[in-house]
Amino acid sequence: MSAGVPPYVRLANEIAAQFAHRSPTDAATAIANHLKAVWDPRMKQALIDHANSGATDLDPAAALAAKKLQAL
Amino acid sequence: MTLLKEADFGTPERPGAATVNLTVDGVPVTVPPGTSVMRAAKQAGVDVPKLCATDNLEAFGSCRLCVVEIDGVRGTPASCTTPVADGMIVRTQNERLGKLRRGVMELYISDHPLDCLTCSANGDCELQDMAGVTGLREVRYGSGVEAGANHLDAPTDTSNPYFDFEASKCIACSRCVRACDEVQGTLALTIEGRGFDSKVAAGAGVSFFESDCVSCGACVQACPTATLQEKSVIELGMPTRTVLTTCAYCGVGCSFKAELRGDELVRMVPYKNGGANEGHSCVKGRFAFGYASHPDRVLEPMVRNTVSEPWRKVSWDEAISFTARRLREIQAEHGQGSIGAITSSRTTNEEVYAVQKMVRAVFGNNNVDTCARVCHSPTGYGLKQTFGESAGTQDFRSVDECDVILLIGSNPTDAHPVFGSRMKQRLRNGAKLIVIDPRRIDLVRSPHVEAAYHLELAPGTNVAIINALAHVVVTEGLVDREFVSSRCEDFEAWETFIAQPEHSPEAVSEISGVPAEKIRAAARLYATGGNAAIYYGLGVTEHSQGSTMVMGMANLAMATGNIGRPGVGVNPMRGQNNVQGSCDMGSFPHELPGYRHVSDDDVRDIYEKLWGTPILDEPGLRIPNMFDAAIDGSFRALFVQGEDIAQSDPNTQHVHAALAALDLLVVQDLFVNETAKFAHVLLPGTSFLEKDGTFTNAERRINRVRPIMAPRTGKQEWEIVCDLAQAMGYPMHYDSAAQIMDEIAITTPTFAGVSFGKLDELGSIQWPCNVDHPSGTPIMHEDEFTRGKGRFMETVYVPTSERSTRKYPLILTTGRILSQYNVGAQTRRTANVAWHAEDVLELHPHDAEVRGVTDGDLVALSSRVGRTELRARISDRMPVGVCYTTFHHPVSGANVVTTDNSDWATNCPEYKVTAVQVDLVPASTVTDAAREPAVAGGKR
Repeated sequence: MSAGVPPYVRLANEIAAQFAHRSPTDAATAIANHLKAVWDPRMKQALIDHANSGATDLDPAAALAAKKLQAL
Repeated sequence: MTLLKEADFGTPERPGAATVNLTVDGVPVTVPPGTSVMRAAKQAGVDVPKLCATDNLEAFGSCRLCVVEIDGVRGTPASCTTPVADGMIVRTQNERLGKLRRGVMELYISDHPLDCLTCSANGDCELQDMAGVTGLREVRYGSGVEAGANHLDAPTDTSNPYFDFEASKCIACSRCVRACDEVQGTLALTIEGRGFDSKVAAGAGVSFFESDCVSCGACVQACPTATLQEKSVIELGMPTRTVLTTCAYCGVGCSFKAELRGDELVRMVPYKNGGANEGHSCVKGRFAFGYASHPDRVLEPMVRNTVSEPWRKVSWDEAISFTARRLREIQAEHGQGSIGAITSSRTTNEEVYAVQKMVRAVFGNNNVDTCARVCHSPTGYGLKQTFGESAGTQDFRSVDECDVILLIGSNPTDAHPVFGSRMKQRLRNGAKLIVIDPRRIDLVRSPHVEAAYHLELAPGTNVAIINALAHVVVTEGLVDREFVSSRCEDFEAWETFIAQPEHSPEAVSEISGVPAEKIRAAARLYATGGNAAIYYGLGVTEHSQGSTMVMGMANLAMATGNIGRPGVGVNPMRGQNNVQGSCDMGSFPHELPGYRHVSDDDVRDIYEKLWGTPILDEPGLRIPNMFDAAIDGSFRALFVQGEDIAQSDPNTQHVHAALAALDLLVVQDLFVNETAKFAHVLLPGTSFLEKDGTFTNAERRINRVRPIMAPRTGKQEWEIVCDLAQAMGYPMHYDSAAQIMDEIAITTPTFAGVSFGKLDELGSIQWPCNVDHPSGTPIMHEDEFTRGKGRFMETVYVPTSERSTRKYPLILTTGRILSQYNVGAQTRRTANVAWHAEDVLELHPHDAEVRGVTDGDLVALSSRVGRTELRARISDRMPVGVCYTTFHHPVSGANVVTTDNSDWATNCPEYKVTAVQVDLVPASTVTDAAREPAVAGGKR
């Protein structure tokens, strides 16, 4: 549990943890593809906005994934 | 139809080709070796009189009524215990045999109450039938009290809520005892005493209710007299007609004969030709159908503007127009994506299909999810990734050919009892069992069943364990190289990954608490023990790594070649009756029916052309996302079909906050459940006894659900959905449920060959059913995987963030109990509450002792998100540090304490791992009468 953390941040970080064994780029691609496939647009946009705001609570791979997601 | 009486061949069918020729009363017949003379006679059209024989039990040879003459054989052997031989010549009837049988019957009748006219089994009594068949006209030994010693004063045991045991009518044929053993596998019944004193007993000096009896009804079904009789038959009389239908409880999908008098349902009797159950049942399906006529049923639509107002009963027209207007108003104000729906795994495929169509075609978004999310979404995800199909691989019958059963996070004797019985029989006949579960479930050790290995792992460490099993397979040279090279891909990368030292049993032992040697031994047994099958349940899926674990199991099965034939496979045990179907029908926000992604232009094109409306190519909101969006304010209205999310979903307070934030909550259900307390509209639903449609069970078997009675609300649920769609301006209409299935078939490749007509013809169909498999597919991935090559996936073990601490030192897991079902909405409204009137907290004696808790004490259960109170049950089935409860009662509301954690890939909640503390509630503060539902909303 991470009280106060927006759900899309918490969920993105949880997904990132699953891909932590991969290289940052590979992990970000896998995360972005997963988010693209299963997340509602408003959640994706919220994550992208959050990453673009320079937030520090995102796993680095999740933050990179958010940027990749923007391009998908 | 009139009352359906199934043919009884007297003894079980023997497999194999028919190669033995014999004649019975001059009629030639050819049967497989091992067939009994009695069964061969029946196949030749000759009924041999019998009392102790029935074809779902092995021959016993005790009643002596089935004697025959066989050329060259001395005496008069019992036809039930005599196997056929080539050239055998059998006579079943002549003067000598008739005299013998009359003598036998005379003895039976001399100790039997002759109250046939007032007997509850009058007209359905095999003893009565045999008296007629044998021509018995007088009883020379007298009958009744003047005949000397007898059992006519034997007491009647009425302790079971559903059936009576009238001992005075018992002929001690042992059919009930054998059914309890051979069909159910509980061995609750026995024959006590010897000779004249022989009598059926349920345990040692206890009543049926107090005994180990699980009330499956197999004994009642087996009884040839009125000794064991349903109370409903005693009260109402014998049924006169049958409707074949499917149980609406768990994912086993048992077929039942609903037996009625006029329109009054008298009893549910398991159907021998039911593909899933083959004549067996459990206490829920057999007896717990009374909720359908419970006075709590809501039969008229109800509306209110705010939840603080009282409900107002309204016409269907008003309810529909109110709902449609509010939904459109909310969309106009807050956007097209501000509304959505949740479908139910308890409703039919056709009903689910209608709701997801309404969302996509009428709401204009993909905000549709299903309660299967909260139990088995990782199954769909994990199996799709590895095998290419979101479903289990086998039929239930396949377990008969298992040599090794790997049971993970599943307690089939409680949650899937009919299949659990079948599994027990296979285990008693030689299969080896490996149980991976923190709890010592019944199958770990029960009469004549003992697991070879019980891996008592710490909750949340499934992935570590499955990786360790695979590590042993890879590093000890147990891989089926031929299977892997010809059928799979990405093996080399996986092999390197899984061979890493961190996956070794020694390393995993420290994480899981399971001794390394035990892991190694279990892995060796699974890999080398012959046909090995994995059966799993929510103890796999309901974790933050549920999808990873499903992929881990698929990896293990592929690495050892245990896929694609009977006796092997990866088999999810589905919780609710239509979990498989509700997923198949496209009620996921990212998938259309048949698990096809909404971004697939070709697939969308099929529906856009047929439905005449565009479909969004982006996924919608999942249930937990809907809750979050409701709290954030971007999601304002929800249609909930047949699901009690306020009780079943995790972190109850969060769910309640979301529901309370909605501008409009529409509930379609049988009762004013916990969710309906937050609703503005209640659209009354139909029970399974009123539904016309199909359910799809855990083995992908599509079963017909036929209406026993007209809908008590006046409408089928899909009709209500169509009415709502029409009122919202979209022309949605079907003439029948069959027409909906026809639409499913023309749009969904795996259902291409399915129709109500074909289901009526074949009984049931396991999808895929198409041109290549016109009768369905019992075993999947036989020659190749659905996706072509089976794909090995790396399954990194990422521990859950939920950890025990000094403040919350115990781990809570949740599960089911035999007599109750899901949130208890149905079973709490039946006599099943006699067995489980409230949820209890099981904890280990050590954990209890250090807290000063004794059995039956009221304890407080608290986690980081909530607190509730319930009674403690001290149980050494639990490991130290782990406690367990069920979620069948709103008073305890176990989900008050479960967290928002969920499976990373699917958002399936992590019900199985919650850090908690347990404290004794001081006796001075305990007032049971004042206990309220743990969920907010107060008492009913």
